[in-house]
Formats: sequence, structure tokens, C-alpha cells
Amino acid sequence: MSAVQLTPKDLKSDQEVRWCPGCGDYAILNATQAALAEIGVPREKMTIISGIGCSSRFPYYMGCYGFHSIHGRAAAIATGTKTANPDLSVWVVTGDGDAMSIGGNHLIHAMRRNVDLKILMFNNQIYGLTKGQYSPTSPAGLKTKTSPYGSVDLPFNPINLALGSGATFVARTVDTNPKHIKSTLLAAAAHKGIAFVEIWQNCVIFNDGAWKDWSTKDARAERTIDLQPGQPLVFGKDNEKGLRISGGEVEVVAAADADVWDPTTAAPLAYIMAYLDEREDLPHALGIFRQHDKPTYDGAVKEQIDSLTAKKGKGDLKKLIYTKDAWQVG
Amino acid sequence: MSIAVTRQDDVVIRFAGDSGDGMQITGNQFTDTTAKVGNDLATFPDFPAEIRAPAGTRAGVSGFQIRFSSTDIHTAGDIPDVLVAMNAAALIMNYKDVAPGGIIIANTGNFTERDLQKAKLATNPLEDGTLDGYRVIAIDINARVTEALAGSPLTSKDVLRCKNFYVLGLMYWLYSRPIEPTLEWLAAKFAKKPELADANRTALRAGYNSGDIHEVFQGRYEVVPVENAIPGTYRNIMGNHALALGLVTGAELANLKLFLGSYPITPATDILQHLAELKEFGVITCQMEDEIAGICTAIGASYAGLLGCTTTSGPGLALKTEAMGLAVMTELPLIIVDVQRAGPSTGLPTKVEQADLLQSLFGRNSDAPLPVLACATAADAFDCAVEACRIAVQYMTPVILLSDNYIANGAEPWRLPEMDKLPRFPAAQVTDPAGYAPYARDGKLARPWAVPGTPGLEHRIGGLEKENITGNVSHNPENHQLMSEIRRDKVLGVRDTIPTPEASGPREADLLVVGWGSTYGAIRSGTERLRREQNVSVAHLHLRHLWPLPYGLDEIFARYKQILVPELNMGQLSRLLQGEYPDHRFLHFGKVKGKPFTAREIREKITAVLEGKS
Repeated sequence: MSAVQLTPKDLKSDQEVRWCPGCGDYAILNATQAALAEIGVPREKMTIISGIGCSSRFPYYMGCYGFHSIHGRAAAIATGTKTANPDLSVWVVTGDGDAMSIGGNHLIHAMRRNVDLKILMFNNQIYGLTKGQYSPTSPAGLKTKTSPYGSVDLPFNPINLALGSGATFVARTVDTNPKHIKSTLLAAAAHKGIAFVEIWQNCVIFNDGAWKDWSTKDARAERTIDLQPGQPLVFGKDNEKGLRISGGEVEVVAAADADVWDPTTAAPLAYIMAYLDEREDLPHALGIFRQHDKPTYDGAVKEQIDSLTAKKGKGDLKKLIYTKDAWQVG
Repeated sequence: MSIAVTRQDDVVIRFAGDSGDGMQITGNQFTDTTAKVGNDLATFPDFPAEIRAPAGTRAGVSGFQIRFSSTDIHTAGDIPDVLVAMNAAALIMNYKDVAPGGIIIANTGNFTERDLQKAKLATNPLEDGTLDGYRVIAIDINARVTEALAGSPLTSKDVLRCKNFYVLGLMYWLYSRPIEPTLEWLAAKFAKKPELADANRTALRAGYNSGDIHEVFQGRYEVVPVENAIPGTYRNIMGNHALALGLVTGAELANLKLFLGSYPITPATDILQHLAELKEFGVITCQMEDEIAGICTAIGASYAGLLGCTTTSGPGLALKTEAMGLAVMTELPLIIVDVQRAGPSTGLPTKVEQADLLQSLFGRNSDAPLPVLACATAADAFDCAVEACRIAVQYMTPVILLSDNYIANGAEPWRLPEMDKLPRFPAAQVTDPAGYAPYARDGKLARPWAVPGTPGLEHRIGGLEKENITGNVSHNPENHQLMSEIRRDKVLGVRDTIPTPEASGPREADLLVVGWGSTYGAIRSGTERLRREQNVSVAHLHLRHLWPLPYGLDEIFARYKQILVPELNMGQLSRLLQGEYPDHRFLHFGKVKGKPFTAREIREKITAVLEGKS
């Protein structure tokens, strides 16, 4: 346990928080401040980097270093920051539009490289800051200002995208459960490598109730299942039901017969858990889908520099410029 | 029989062949050896955009021109004295440029019916009178190389690939150059493939010896070293390499580590490649997923306290513009290198143009001023890179450094800087929380650079307009006016630290030629020769700093009756100058053929202007 002990208050900035009343972002902000206070990192070593959108105002409200950047580019900027100084704890806050539309390319490559970033993607299935257009996670058929007859786009499943991009830590949580947010973020912080955390978030103004079938307290018990390492796959009001996976199929069984969840397995079970979203008869999964150990990009960059410097000695600029091909005049 | 050696002062050789013939290697070897002899030199590689166009076709012709001299020169030469044509297509694409009476060495082994067809030739130009007026040396190089390498373990195809070293040897003989440097290079290059090293050595020696043996030449030539060269240590350098070295040096002078976020694009890629080798200097190079990520990682690295840099070429610069605005707004140091190429869009990716000036100055949304520099020659690229680093760090600003394809791949002797005497400009990263404010200002209007990891300086920056001093988000109209003015004035303030350039030539004259970037050599040669040989009243002013423009230009312009602005675009610097100095008239002289100006074109234009014909 590190000596650094912060309180959530230490991680509040002096700026007034300005989201719409009732916005899910408030709960996420509070839970994040609570989680980051416990990760043992001094606040000067924490940096929050965001793109554009309602969620991306996040850095202004945090009492650490922050960078509110441009649309979609937070993951790229954060890659530069983390690679430049692997000693920093770098968090990316982004939304479904920011991360999966305009920033899709940077997102998948940050995950592929396993940069040691913690990406919090608030998913409200709508463009909020531009006042209500469909997003890459909006369900087909959603009527919005730019899809008055229903969106004909098919949506991304963010978890599947993250898994497919090779992210080494993939999790999902929900704004109605601050305790779950906090524990998920603590697990993300403890993971060495990229952590992609989808957070279901409610936009009260433009897409109110998008997640209500799964996110309210009662619905959560019946219609979601929490993927926790080493725990059985159980759900239901009294944890009476369970899931068992055999032959690539998922079936509902009694809690006692449920499989135990292991996000470190290399098997494609994480994908199966993401596809639960497409099954009406099964709960949607929250919690940790995947947790793999792989070398980090920033660590590998540093290691290469360190080992080559050790081998060749610290670079001498004069030797670099005055090569043996040089000749003397006069 | 001994062969006479004639002294020449200035020679231009062009090697031309199929893009698989190794003409660039041949040219570079000839260049390096010539540099060691002590001649001044300039080179102009000219290769197709296709990696391998169909062999033997006109589209596949790759060329390398070198000019070397006993005196100080500025260009790779307008007119080759010697053309080496490795096949029919190379001959037909190049012979018209050769000086009347010049030497054409043709590899007859590649002038078969089939070769002529591929080159779209109805008759053989070696036989049909096309080359009347030239001294044609016809050699079946394919056959000679095959003879020389009889018994080699290589396949006959690989044997033929050695023909460029045969030609190189022949040219070394003809111009009295030593073969040893190339022998050493081959040994190192093919250390793990000794049979290839052997074969190429044999081909090189065979070519060299053939000059004496076969008596196809009546004489040899000698170009003696430059006598009055500025004393110092020299090496041969290409522009992209000089730029990479300049960036590492600039970072060290700033006491910072260099970070390069980049995406491969012709002709800027070499800079990334050179810097990727410098791990022991702590240089971080990230090859990113796209141009936008390239600049964004650099911004993120600068935010973290390193010297962020990104390299690109025209279309890539266009992609980076939004992020440049962010760097302007957040006032972080950043170097953006644009190795210009002919455009728009993909344009002519391996050909030269200098047409990104207005994009560099104005190609961002809103008023987003940043300093813009341009290097003039390969060696100057080093100094300009250091200067870009200085400005970025001292003023907390992104800086655009313009190079171009002619500088990037051209080579010249570089008088090496005395490293210990280069002025340092250590970055002042703030660590003291007392009185810290993210958007406070120093004497240069630069804001303090507080790096994440520093206790007590936690703050937030971003693309939204910031309140003066506090850096809090502000939508206040008065504040936006104020901040816009500060950003403008900060960049204009760079003028306080840059010298007024001096015109070369008379202080007052009938005509001033104003140039920027890689047109330096052609303008300098053209104006010098007009003064020397025809007593023309003309001077040359070359601009390194394109924004802000240095103090004193107004007074300089006033001393000349007319001002001519040659540039490889449709009128960009001339338009800028016309707007900034409306009391003077700037006559634009443009060329957009994907080729540099020749000194002759400059001379002819100057003459026409002075005669009132233009």
C-alpha cells in the first residue's frame, strides 16, 4: 500500500461542475474521485485527458493535471503523454461519439498497442453536446434530429470492439451503481496496460432512459450479470440464477451449477459475454470481460531506449555529427 | 599508351537507368567519393513515384544528377556534361538535357528490339541520328559485367545487377576519383553476403580498368579540390538527414528529450527513419496510425515536458491542422516539419514544389498564428531545425519548418558546426507553485511550462478559450479579444530575436530577387553569374523566417527599383509580401513542373524583367 492517501475532496478542482441536472456524469465524477483517491498515486502524477463532448469536460472538475483536447484525439494525445513519461497515471475520458466515431482509429490503435492508459468511455448512445443526434452506439431505428425516420446505422458493441482490438483489460459499469464504478476503476487502475471501461450513462435531455431496462436497481439484479474474477456467474434478485457456457452456447442454470468467471482465460468467453447483449432472454454483462497481461507500449519504448543506451552508451552528439566520413579543409 | 588528363573546373554528370538499376546508389557513391576528394558538390536525385514501374519503360526511369566543382557552387547544375544511360528509355528521357557536344555513355546491352519497344521507340536512337552532335560512347555493359564475373557463384540475373558498379568504376576512372571509399562501403554493406561484396568489387574494378584497357575514351578529367573553401570539418549530407540531426541537436540545446510522432509519407519519411536509430540519445519515435495521431502524440509529449515534433509532407500537413490549432491555443512547444512536394492532394509525390506556404501561414481555423521557417539547402536544414526548436521553446509555440523534396534528397558538403559553441536555450519548466498561473506571461509573452508530475502546479489546459492569467475556461468577449491579441503579439515578438537578412550583391540595384526555400541555389547562381559576366545590377535576398517576417525588409526593398519573387508555386510569397509591404511591387515568377528552377531560367527571367519584356 502506497503512502499516498488522498480523499475524494483532494481530487475536486475549484471549478463549478456544469452538467445538466440529473446527468449521469455527476455520479461517474464522484465515483472516479473516490476511486482515484485510493489508487496510491499522488495527484500531481495523475493526468486526465479528454476529447470533446459533455463527458470531456471532466478534466476541469478534477484536482489533478488535465487536458481537454479536440474531438476524438484524446487517446492519441494520451499515448504521447504516457510514452513521454510512463511514470504518470494517465486517464482518458471520452464519450461514445468522441471515441467510436471521430476517434475510432486512435481508440483501436491505443488498445492494440496496449498503452498503459485507462480509458473511461461514457456511453449514452447519443450526441449530447451537439444536442441530440444518433451516435455509433445508438440502436438502429432510433429517432433523433438527424434520423427523424429512425437511424438505419447498425451500432457498435463497444465491448466487442475493445476485445477485437486486443485491449488487455475490458470492463463495463453503469452510472446508477457508483460502488460498481469505483471497484471497476480500481481494478482498471491496478491493471498494467490499457484498460477500456465502458460506462453506461444516462442523458436526461436527449436520450433519457436509454439503459433503464438494465440500469435501475431492480433491473440490474434481474437483467444484468456481474463478471467478477473468481466469482460464479450468478444473477437474479437473490443471486438464484446462474450462467453456464458449453459448446459455445450460454444457458441459464441454477446458481449452484453456474460457471466461475475467469477474465484471464485466453478462451473466447469474453466475446460470448459481450454477445449476451443481443439476447433478449439473457442478462447483459457488467464487470470485467477480459484481463490479460501483456507488455505495455510505453514500457517497451522505454525499455528499448534504456537497453540500447546501456549497450551503446549515452549518445554523444559530437560523435553523431563528426562521422568518420568527415574531412578537414584548411 | 598513357591517356592525357585534362583539368576541368565544373562537371555535371547524370546517371539514368531503370528504377531497379541502382542509380541512386551509384549516384550516392559517386557523391560520397567526390566529397572526399574535396570538391564542392550538389546533387539532384529524380526518381519515379512507383516503387517498380515496368522495367525498361519511360515511367520507370530513375535519375541522379551530381555537379562537382573546384569552386563554390549552389545548384546541381542545369545541363549535364555527361549522361550515363543504362537503357533506351533512360536515354530518350534524358538526352535532350545534355550539353551540346556532351558525352553520352549508353549501355548497348539494353537497346535490343524489346528494349526499344518498351521505351516506345520505333528506331534505335543510337543509330538513327538522334544523338548527332553528342559524343556517344556505346558500351555493352551487360556483356562486360558478365565477362568480368565469369565463374561467379551468382546467378546470371544477379551478375547483371552489378552493372551499376561497373559504370561507377568507369566514371571514377574518367574523373580521376579513388575507388577505395566504395570498396570500403561494399565491404561494410555486404558484410553478411561476401559473395555479393566480391561481385560488386569485381564489377567496380572492371569498370575502372576498362577505361585504360578498352580505349573508348581519348582522355580523362580531373576536377581539383576547392581551394578557397572556408576552413573547417566537412561531411556530405542530405537534407532529411541534416534535419533529423538538427532536431536532436535542438532538443539537446533546449535541455529536453526529443519526441517524434509521425506517419510515413514521401518525402518526409527519412527523418522518422533517421531519428528512430537514435535511441541512445533518448529520442522517442512513435510511428502512429495516421497523421493526426502523429501530431497529437507530439502535443501529448510536449504537454508531458518533452520537445514534441511531427514530420510530414503536404497532404499530411492538411490533416494536422486541427491539432495545430490546439497547440496554438494551449501554447505548447511543438515542431511541425513539412517536407513539401508537388500537389494538391497526392499530386506528384516524388517531385518538388514549394506551395504549402500559405497553408502553413493561414491553414487553420480562426486566427491561429505560429512562426514559419524555411530551409534553403540540405546543410541549412540543420540550422533551421535548431532555430525552430529555439523559437518553439522560448516562445511556447508550435513552429512550422518548411523543407521540400529537392532539399530532402539533395546532398551537399556541410561545414560541421562547432558543437560546443552552439548557443544553448534551456527550456524553463516551472516547478515553484508560488505565484504560478497557467497563463501568466514572461517578457516574450510565453506562458510558463508546468509539466504533469510537478507537485502544486496541477492545472487544466485545452482547446477552449482560456481566461488570461488563470487559464480557466472563458467565454468573455473582451477576454477573447485580449487573448487573440496576445497570441498574435507573442508570435510577432519572435522578430526581436531574428536577424535582418542581408542581400547578396549590390546594396542598391535595378533589381532585387527575393526567394525562400530550395530555390536558393538557382537564384544565387543566376544572380552571381549575371553580375560577374554581364555586369547586371541585381541582388538576391533569401528569407529564412517567413512568419513573422524580420524587421528591416521595408528599408531593403526600398533600395531596389524592381523586386522579382521566383517560387515553385502560383504566387504565395509574392502575395504575402504584397500584403505586408504594399508600398512596393512584387513581381511573381512561378514554376510548377515538379522540377527546381535552373539558374538559367532565373537569369533569363531577370534579363527579361530588366529589358522591360516581362
